[in-house]
Amino acid sequence: MSTLQEKYPAEIQAILSKYPVEQARAAVMPLLYLAQRQEGFVTKGTMNEIAELLSISVTDVASIVGFYTLYYDQPGGKRRIQVCNDLPCALRGAQEFLDKLCDNLGIRVGETTADGLVTVESVMCLAGCDKAPVFQVQTGEGLSYHENQSVESAMALVESWRKDARSSQDADKK
Amino acid sequence: MAVGKAPKNKATQSKYVLLRHRDIPGLDQLEVYQNQGGFKAFRQCVASMKPEEVTEVVKASGLRGRGGAGFPTGMKWSFMDKNSWPHYVVANADESEPGTFKDREIMENNPFQFLEGVAIAAYAVGAQAAYIYLRGEFWQLAHQLDQRIAEMESAGLLGDRLFGSQYSLRLYTHLGAGAYICGEETALLESIEGKLGQPRLRPPFPPSYGLFGKPTVVNNVETLTNLPLILERGAAWYRTMGTEKSPGVKVFSLSGRVNRPGNYELPLGTTFRELIFEHGGGIPKDKQIKAIMAAGASSALIVADERALDTPMDYESVPALGAQLGSASVIVIDETVSIDWLINKTVHFFKHESCGKCTPCREGTFWMMRLTDRIASGEAKWDDVELLREVANQMKGKCLCALGEFSIEAVLSGIDRFRADFESRVKAPSRLVETA
Repeated sequence: MSTLQEKYPAEIQAILSKYPVEQARAAVMPLLYLAQRQEGFVTKGTMNEIAELLSISVTDVASIVGFYTLYYDQPGGKRRIQVCNDLPCALRGAQEFLDKLCDNLGIRVGETTADGLVTVESVMCLAGCDKAPVFQVQTGEGLSYHENQSVESAMALVESWRKDARSSQDADKK
Repeated sequence: MAVGKAPKNKATQSKYVLLRHRDIPGLDQLEVYQNQGGFKAFRQCVASMKPEEVTEVVKASGLRGRGGAGFPTGMKWSFMDKNSWPHYVVANADESEPGTFKDREIMENNPFQFLEGVAIAAYAVGAQAAYIYLRGEFWQLAHQLDQRIAEMESAGLLGDRLFGSQYSLRLYTHLGAGAYICGEETALLESIEGKLGQPRLRPPFPPSYGLFGKPTVVNNVETLTNLPLILERGAAWYRTMGTEKSPGVKVFSLSGRVNRPGNYELPLGTTFRELIFEHGGGIPKDKQIKAIMAAGASSALIVADERALDTPMDYESVPALGAQLGSASVIVIDETVSIDWLINKTVHFFKHESCGKCTPCREGTFWMMRLTDRIASGEAKWDDVELLREVANQMKGKCLCALGEFSIEAVLSGIDRFRADFESRVKAPSRLVETA
């Protein structure tokens, strides 16, 4: 597998240029997002590479991955549906939404569907309290917001991903 | 409300100061923003004002930090150590308090007014680089801001020797990755430096020892977004709004059991009643209002009686109710909500978000979670409620930062002010009754 520096040389330079030269460690968080892009989680190999690149220990890099909730060191579903179930959202039906969504997907909170497509997580406030139920979708590519949701709209979204996954599988077969 | 395209080079009269995008279409476009007088204030600062003069105007306006603490903004700037360079400005866009969603609306829809505010603050404190720290969830927003910053550079509004002066400025975004604690300013600085988001022991405060160990001003997004109009229209104009000690407008994020949740820009000193019942349309299904949290999950619970509803929402009046205004994230609780359930929710939040650095918060939130879980399960005795109160009281004044200190607010005020909710939840009402 190729290294981050082979894959994203220009982006790495752009990230490093945001911080004073002697403060290169500041680049660790953006580099971890870059590392997560391919697999949806940070591999041991990329942790080593980031540590080397920034002249810090692998333990330091791993501690950042462990501390911040949006970094993962284990694979999950291709997409993570992160439902806010904090107080303001819970006052507007987030728990019921989360329960029904999981029922429809046949999984429990924290689990991944059998096809490996979706992991459902319950998360803390997303700053979308007036538009509950709200969730974000995290992939290696980044995050997007989905507000004023219903179980129907969320399932329609999942269905569209399943369709995409099927058509790309078909394309691979051809 | 104004509809259609704004005429070129003619400023639209907006009834807003911060949410001007609501009646100026296309304000998120640089051309429209400039046609509305955008960047005139920054240009004027750089071309014809000394940095100290800018600070004086902001001091005179009475602007106070909108992130929660309400500290006078101009005074904060004047604390910057002038014997240590370079200086930095950091915009706190980590908006994570449950019930707060105002900065996101500003940055998404009125981004240039915010960015101009960052630039003005940077000029005032002599910073040539400013970082915008956004919570990781604002991924798309950060990418939008990167594009806006690039547009500003192309238009000569950022870069080297601006407007023919010797002043240079660059703005950078930095994404967090899911940690509420990074809204605490010293944890935020640690996070930019590539470390765990854990608060520093203070003093020293950021204006003497901040980002990369250099003097730094950290201001909230909403605070910064006020600056362009304060500089353009003057401190006296700003003081025509709000109260004497809390001048200006505030964006109130209204959520919970209310008919029309959302952001409302109103003068500081507007009453809870006006916000909740006039603007927010009252309580759904004609239920009775029971409690108010004025500062998100960090709030003490206010009993929503007539006196509370008629209290002006400003930095002086809310404390008289035994609470704080904070970031003005007003969560409305109706009569169907049991307060023991509510504090279980807030305690879970703080337990999850405690950074683990200081023992009182790390252990205290853990034990409060265990106890509120037990109370919620219906298996608790009144002794457990007393123990919960004791744990909370032992945390008081001992935590390294506000996260731990605020985690007990809803717990203590909940038990004291809504005792019946707990009594009806526990198996034995109290030891005294038991033995009597």
